[in-house]
Amino acid sequence: MIAIIDYGVGNLFSLKSSLAMIGAQAVVTGDAGVLRSAERLILPGVGAFGDARQKLAQTGLDAALCAEAARGKPVLGICLGMQMLFDRSLEYGEHKGLGLIPGEVVPMAGRLPEGLKIPHIGWNALAIRKPDHPLMKYTESGDCVYFVHSFYASDCADSVIATAEYGIDVTAAVAKGNVMGCQFHPEKSGTVGLGILKAFCEM
Amino acid sequence: MITKRIIPCLDVRDGRVVKGVNFASLSDVNDPVELGRYYSQSGADELVFYDITASSEGRKLFTDVLRRVASTIFIPLTVGGGINTLEDFERVLTSGADKVSVNSGAIRNPQLIEDAARRYGDQCVVLSVDAKRVDGSYHVFAKGGREDTGMDALKWIRRGVSMGAGEIVLNSIDTDGVKQGFDLEMLDAVCSIVDVPVIASGGAGCVQDFVTLFKTLPKVDAGLAASIFHFGEVKIGDLKDELARNGINVRRIKETDA
Repeated sequence: MIAIIDYGVGNLFSLKSSLAMIGAQAVVTGDAGVLRSAERLILPGVGAFGDARQKLAQTGLDAALCAEAARGKPVLGICLGMQMLFDRSLEYGEHKGLGLIPGEVVPMAGRLPEGLKIPHIGWNALAIRKPDHPLMKYTESGDCVYFVHSFYASDCADSVIATAEYGIDVTAAVAKGNVMGCQFHPEKSGTVGLGILKAFCEM
Repeated sequence: MITKRIIPCLDVRDGRVVKGVNFASLSDVNDPVELGRYYSQSGADELVFYDITASSEGRKLFTDVLRRVASTIFIPLTVGGGINTLEDFERVLTSGADKVSVNSGAIRNPQLIEDAARRYGDQCVVLSVDAKRVDGSYHVFAKGGREDTGMDALKWIRRGVSMGAGEIVLNSIDTDGVKQGFDLEMLDAVCSIVDVPVIASGGAGCVQDFVTLFKTLPKVDAGLAASIFHFGEVKIGDLKDELARNGINVRRIKETDA
C-alpha cells in the first residue's frame, strides 16, 4: 500500500486516480501511523515552499517521513514535494528542507536565457541521465512530461537521473538510494507519467 | 525545449458534450469521458471543458462528469464556465480540474483573479478574454461575446496578469467561426504586453492555420479549437506531424498510447 502524504497542500485527486489506474493501492493520509505501515510514500505538493514546509512540520509528518526514509522505504516527492527533499530552498527567503538529498532549490528568474517565460509550464522532453535507474524503467529520452514550476533543484548533480532542456538543464528527476523525486507531474503526464508511477510501485 | 500545446475545447451542458463529435469510432459521441479519452489518445496536450449549464442541477452533473473524466484521463484539465466565486474554484478543483478559466465572473469582480491566485497559485488561474475590434481598438466582450463592456482588452489583460492570472486565452470574436486562421494581429498585440503563456483561440480552419500561428508568433504557447477537431476536419495526430515537419516542437505520443 502507498501512503500519499496529506498535509493540507495541493490537489490529490489526480494522483490518487492515476495510482488507481495502474492498479496500485493508495490511501491519502495525514496519519504518521499509516506512514509507518505503508510500503511506500509519496510526498506531493504545490504552492510556496515556506508555507508547505511549515505545514509538514506542524503536522509532525516531516519527522515520520524522514524516519521511514531512513528505514529504506521508497519515497517519491512530486513537484514541490521533490523540492522539499533537498537541504534548502531560496524561494522568497531561505528555508530548510528535509535534507534527504544534497542540493538546493533556486529560482529560475535570473538563471534562464532572455525570452524564456517563467513559470516553466507545459510539456517538455526528458533527457535521461541514468537510464539504468529503476524509476526510469518504462521511460526513455524524448518522452514528454508536464511541468509547472518557477524554482528548480541545483547543485545536486550526483542524484540527477533526468533533466529537461529549458535554456538550461532543469533537474527533472532525482534519486538518492530509496529517496526519489520528480519536478514534473507524473499524474498529469499521460502514459509516460503512469509508467513512472508504475516503476515506483515496482521498486 | 517546451512544446507548443494543442488544446481541444468541449462544451458541456447537463453533463453531456454539446454537438458531440463526428467520429465513427465512438459509441457515444456526447459522453465527455469517452471524448476526453479519445482526445487524450490522439495526442491532445490539455483539455478544456466549458460548462454552459445554467441550472444548479446541471452544475452538479458537470462536477460528476469532471470527476469521471479526471479519474481516467491524465493530462491537464482546464475548466471554465460559470466561475464567479472562490467556491466555484474549490468545487471544480476538488473534482479534478487543474486550472480554472475565468471570463465574465472576473469582469464583474476582478478581485476574483487575485483571491484565486493567492489561494491556489497563479498557475491555476486562466484569464479567458473574448475580444473584438471596435473603433480602432480591441474591446472586451462579456456573456459569451454578446455584450460590449467598453473595456480595452489590452489594458484588461495587463491588469489580469498583474493580479495573478497565470495564462491568457485570447479568443478573437472577429475571427471566431470564420475558419480563415487565427487573429495574428490581435495575438501579437497581446504577446507583446504579457510574459505569461498565451493561448490562441478563434479562427482555426485547417492544419496550416496552426503552422502559420506558431511560425509567425513564436511567443504563442498553444492553439485551442473546438469544431474543427470535433468534426474531424483536423486530426490532432496529423496536425502534430505537420507542425513537426515545419520545425515546430510538439509532443509526440508513443504508438502504444493510441
